[in-house]
Amino acid sequence: MSNDTSTTPDDSKALDGPLPEERPEPQGKRNAQGIRIDPEAEAELDPERVTLSALVLHEPGVLAQVSSLFSRRQFNIESLTVGLTENPDRARITLVIEETRPGVEQAKKQLAKLVPVAAVRELERDATLRELALIKVSSEHPDKVQALAEMYGGQAVDAGAETITVEITGQRPQIENAVEAFERFGVREITRTGTAALARGATETAESGHPPNAPMNDD
Amino acid sequence: MSDHERDEADATNGEPVPDGGETAAGQAGATAPGSAAERGAGDEGSDPGVDEPPTDESDQRAAERPVGTGAQSVVRALENADIEYLFGVQGGAIMPVYDALYDSEQLTHVTMAHEQGASHAADAFGIVSGDPGVCLATSGPGATNLVTGIADADMDSDPMIALTGQVSTEMVGNDAFQETDTTGVTDPITKHNSFATDPDTVGDDVGEALALADSGRPGPTLVDLPKDVTNGETDREPGAPQMPETYTVQKSADRTNVVSAARAIEEADQPAILAGGGIIKGDASQELYEFATEYELPVVTTMPALGAFPEDHELSMSMAGMHGTGFANMAITHTDLLIGIGTRFDDRLTGGIETFAPDAEVVHVDIDPAEISKNIHADYPLIGDAGTVIEQLHDQIDRAPDADEWRDQCVEWKEEYPMDYPVPEDRPLQPEFVVEALDEATGDDAIVTTGVGQHQMWACQYWEFTEPRTWVSSHGLGTMGYGMPAAVGARLAADDDQDVVCFEGDGSFLMTLQELSVAVREELDVTVAVLNNEYVGMVRQWQDAFFEGRHAASEYGWCPEFDKLAEAFGARGWAVDDYDEVADAVEEAVDYDGPSVIDFRIDPQANVYPMVPSGGDNGKFALSEGQL
Repeated sequence: MSNDTSTTPDDSKALDGPLPEERPEPQGKRNAQGIRIDPEAEAELDPERVTLSALVLHEPGVLAQVSSLFSRRQFNIESLTVGLTENPDRARITLVIEETRPGVEQAKKQLAKLVPVAAVRELERDATLRELALIKVSSEHPDKVQALAEMYGGQAVDAGAETITVEITGQRPQIENAVEAFERFGVREITRTGTAALARGATETAESGHPPNAPMNDD
Repeated sequence: MSDHERDEADATNGEPVPDGGETAAGQAGATAPGSAAERGAGDEGSDPGVDEPPTDESDQRAAERPVGTGAQSVVRALENADIEYLFGVQGGAIMPVYDALYDSEQLTHVTMAHEQGASHAADAFGIVSGDPGVCLATSGPGATNLVTGIADADMDSDPMIALTGQVSTEMVGNDAFQETDTTGVTDPITKHNSFATDPDTVGDDVGEALALADSGRPGPTLVDLPKDVTNGETDREPGAPQMPETYTVQKSADRTNVVSAARAIEEADQPAILAGGGIIKGDASQELYEFATEYELPVVTTMPALGAFPEDHELSMSMAGMHGTGFANMAITHTDLLIGIGTRFDDRLTGGIETFAPDAEVVHVDIDPAEISKNIHADYPLIGDAGTVIEQLHDQIDRAPDADEWRDQCVEWKEEYPMDYPVPEDRPLQPEFVVEALDEATGDDAIVTTGVGQHQMWACQYWEFTEPRTWVSSHGLGTMGYGMPAAVGARLAADDDQDVVCFEGDGSFLMTLQELSVAVREELDVTVAVLNNEYVGMVRQWQDAFFEGRHAASEYGWCPEFDKLAEAFGARGWAVDDYDEVADAVEEAVDYDGPSVIDFRIDPQANVYPMVPSGGDNGKFALSEGQL
């Protein structure tokens, strides 16, 4: 059988016009994020880890909506916490995500677009960030456990014949160091929260007056 | 730096104001949307039309027929929003609402054959009328059958509201009969949904859902109505629709960005407008026309924007993208300044991102900030309502770009890549001929609905669209079977003197043709043209091009006789095999005052070209399979 496609019934009714290879070609190129780039010097964008804070209506289903959004749009999420605020009608969701800069911006806009979301802010690097870990270890050396907990600014919150549970709060590296340090006592169980965060100083973490579905920058 | 100075700086150094997609957090200096400057620019706050006090009419309704139950409050909320038609199917958990509808003179309910048909009919009603279409269904299967139509409306940003029955609140979560987590299922495919909890406020929930559906970027909303809430007693009339306090819409764009975009347009050598569906949703066709014609800017459209700009105008470059015209794809590939308005740069339009308009700076106008720089980076982001922002640009531009050469080039491309299709004598009826025959036999304002597949693409390519809200199709979701139920909704939204033509394929029509029974029962004047090739034709075309002609599950080899099927439904039917039968059948079907079906037995091997393969380069569109 011939490979000559001009004899197929399809090509007997081809539309007129210059062939693809005969047409003029544009010079430029875009990257996968749709940004025009120098075709000779294509650079991959590095992901960054950022903390987003969203003030949301305190009503059922909002957390599910937010987590479903991040899942279906394939945003890389590291942690998500939700809790009450000073306003009984508002809850605050804190998310840590790892995305390229266009990905971060898209995540913020998509989050802000959800109707029950009142405000979204990307927190500055100097924001106050805290995680909590409960670490349950064997109680063979209660004094050493207590001393180590104090070194990490924590305390024992439960002690029994077999186990001691200590509470550590701090930024992620501090928690991770503490978890590693306690391993020598024989860790039974660990539970950790995600990150809770507030903007530093008088800056509002998520201003309620901020138009929620306008794009945001922390400038 | 004052705003004025910033304008000057932008104008001189050509540095556009970055949008949110570019500026790092905490970076100072640049003015980005979302900064104080941008926030100050827009008209924020709830949609002004929404918080109006109750009208005299609503007071009158309340006086004549006071609300007594949650269901009656739902009906009152629909009446107060001037709803005329509802599309739905009865069932257990929604029965209280139907019982309340029984008393309403204003609301006409159209019983559809299947809930999917109800959601498509409501969607089409919304597209043609510009007001939210309403569909309703019972809990469980009723609600899940709506899902395809809700997802369709969501992808195409169509204003629609779905009201679903639900089992009684105390049964929820117990896997009761016909219980489905409807708000859970529909969360990713609605603009917003809610679960009614109180007979006193259920009318307000419906009012809010209606208001949200067509404000800002439109979309489908849903209210889930547990039976105890609709049956529950209340004497509270629903208030005026309130937008949620957390929802705001920015209508006009930041002036700084408008100024830089205007300078860029003035300086462009090869400017092109890419008109999207947002032009039609924002009723901005007139503003677009004035803008494009004053500055002589060639206009390419997306598929949802067919009709946004008259295709018989010399500046019209028709539709771009996968099956767009050759000249549209040449223009969009070679433009140096693309003004995208109300478009989300869908992959069927862009082809591969890397090769999309690669030499163009992009001005992107959209009411949804999340569309800015989502797929294609916007050099000039303009957030706002299409008509408002076009006028802002119009006011700001001092001179037309110097683009005579470019326009000549566009004309040349039209001549080089004509859409004239060959009519080989040795082959059966060509589908393009059928589309043109129906276009000719109907008025300029005729409405076209379609299913999804080859027939839909031929309708895009060979129907000449000149008016907005005359093209009703499933774009983003690509729902086969959309055309017939959409024709029902479109017919009821259209003016009496507008023709309604539905193009369907044999495969697509078979998915929802039971809705023909509704068209017969409701005496709807619609003409259905089945482009019948006894294949799932688009799949067959792809199998020939990309799967070595292995026709897995695409060959029917047998189809029902659609003309006889139509007669069995009580509609009129014709079967057409040859060119010389086309004109008569079309004339009789269009003249017939009721539903008619013409079964056009077209060339089974006919393909849709031009074609840009998925992820391909728009500029390398194939004019035949051999060029793929």
